[in-house]
Amino acid sequence: MNDTRDEVVAAVTEAHRRDWAKVLSTTAHLTGDLDLAEECAQDAYAQALEMWGENGIPDRPGAWLTTIARNRARDVLRRESVFRRKMSLVVTDETVQGPEDALNDDRLRLIFTCTHPALSTEAQVALTLRLVCGLSTPEVARAFLVPPATMAARITRAKRKITAARIPYRVPGPDQLEERFTAVLEVVHLIFTTGHTAPLGAHLVRRDLTDSAIRLARMLHLLMPTNAETIALLALLLLISSRQETRMAADGRMALLSEQDRSRWDRQLIAEGQSLLTEALLRRPPTRYALQAAIAALHAEAPSWSDTDWAEIVSIYDVLLRLWPSPVVELNRAVAIGMRDGPGAGLDALTPLLADPALATYGYLSAARADFLRRLENWPQAMTAYEEALTLTDNEIERAFLTDRLTEVARNL
Amino acid sequence: MAKYMILIYGDAEQWDAMTDEQWKAHDGGHAAFTAKAGSRVLDGQQLERAPTATSLRVDALGQIHTTDGPFLETKEGLGGYYLLEAADLDEVLELAKLLPELNYTHSGLEIRPVVDHG
Repeated sequence: MNDTRDEVVAAVTEAHRRDWAKVLSTTAHLTGDLDLAEECAQDAYAQALEMWGENGIPDRPGAWLTTIARNRARDVLRRESVFRRKMSLVVTDETVQGPEDALNDDRLRLIFTCTHPALSTEAQVALTLRLVCGLSTPEVARAFLVPPATMAARITRAKRKITAARIPYRVPGPDQLEERFTAVLEVVHLIFTTGHTAPLGAHLVRRDLTDSAIRLARMLHLLMPTNAETIALLALLLLISSRQETRMAADGRMALLSEQDRSRWDRQLIAEGQSLLTEALLRRPPTRYALQAAIAALHAEAPSWSDTDWAEIVSIYDVLLRLWPSPVVELNRAVAIGMRDGPGAGLDALTPLLADPALATYGYLSAARADFLRRLENWPQAMTAYEEALTLTDNEIERAFLTDRLTEVARNL
Repeated sequence: MAKYMILIYGDAEQWDAMTDEQWKAHDGGHAAFTAKAGSRVLDGQQLERAPTATSLRVDALGQIHTTDGPFLETKEGLGGYYLLEAADLDEVLELAKLLPELNYTHSGLEIRPVVDHG
């Protein structure tokens, strides 16, 4: 019955990936104290490493871990003074709905606490990665390229606020639910986009972040299977990550969508994304994520960059712009117009954006202009635009790409 | 239960520029808040304008200095407060959103938990 050491380690790792949020959140419901719940959950995983080797891997690892963590929490609570508990108590939800209610899940309570609007966005993201995804503090620090001590302080401060201000451990009531749930999805989306093009550093994509975001979206989809925005967000993340492997060429250089090897796109993720998208689009009105996913799906389906349905993509951007106006959406729309009607039209569509203060330091605007100018063979202006784009990104792989283009343009000058 | 202080901040110039009609509506907003919050309101007062404030500080030699004016000179000053008792922050946030200071862009609210020494 003895499993090998490797099998045990693999089983514990898998149980951490799959069940951490469940183990921690149910324990936190019992303790009313996030720190104590974390200690007990970590302790349960440490015990699993030992006990599963001796007694075999349990049939339901998540249930085993939850039981161990909760038993340990009960022991601690029994031993410790009433005073300590009173000081660190978070407010738990005592008016528990029936077990058939999808909203009655501790993982949801945990994620709503982590993304409470009284916490800064930075703190929300850090807490969600630490507590819901189970990343260690050094891992969260690495993902945002800050020193571990800085991240530890940020997480401690946020937890202290949860306790001191009594941010409840609760799924919001019906009048607040939609607004708060939108904020939850925004945090998931932000974790993904931060990972998809890391703002600085040596890696273009941070898989630790994109994988965490997808896992969160899958969990939310499991908990709220009919929520249209969740379905659409999961579709969007899957469709975009289907091409994650091809965003860097073999030599480590960045490959644009136009240059990627489409045969290496993950067809399984695309199929799953498409089917979720179909479901999301059945719901009216379309959500923001559904429209973005629809654009990602058109790219995924296109045999090549030039054979992409640019007319359809422009018309989806039109809808997106009407419902959720944003300068970044306008920029993407201008790029699509350039593909539909040629670089001159694209350049014209970009011109009004140059005066937008929100885009003043947005490197992709300079890069998009540079690309149109290069294709128009306007070498001097293209060069200036590439130089500008270079000053606006600290991602080393993006910088290498822009430097290559700049050299190419300079040769024509 | 826990205690919270709602600190009301705003631009005194803009408060002074309000018409009687606007003040009536404003007071009505506070009355609605108080009615809804009921016994959860432990205390609540409007403060005299910042120029009436007197501040005390001590220097490195231990000498106490009395100065005319608020402790922090800011455009938006403290104009009043409520002391509330509530189960959690969400309960306070829901009540606070009824306060009429949120009808104007120049004023706003800060919610601070009160330390529980019990």
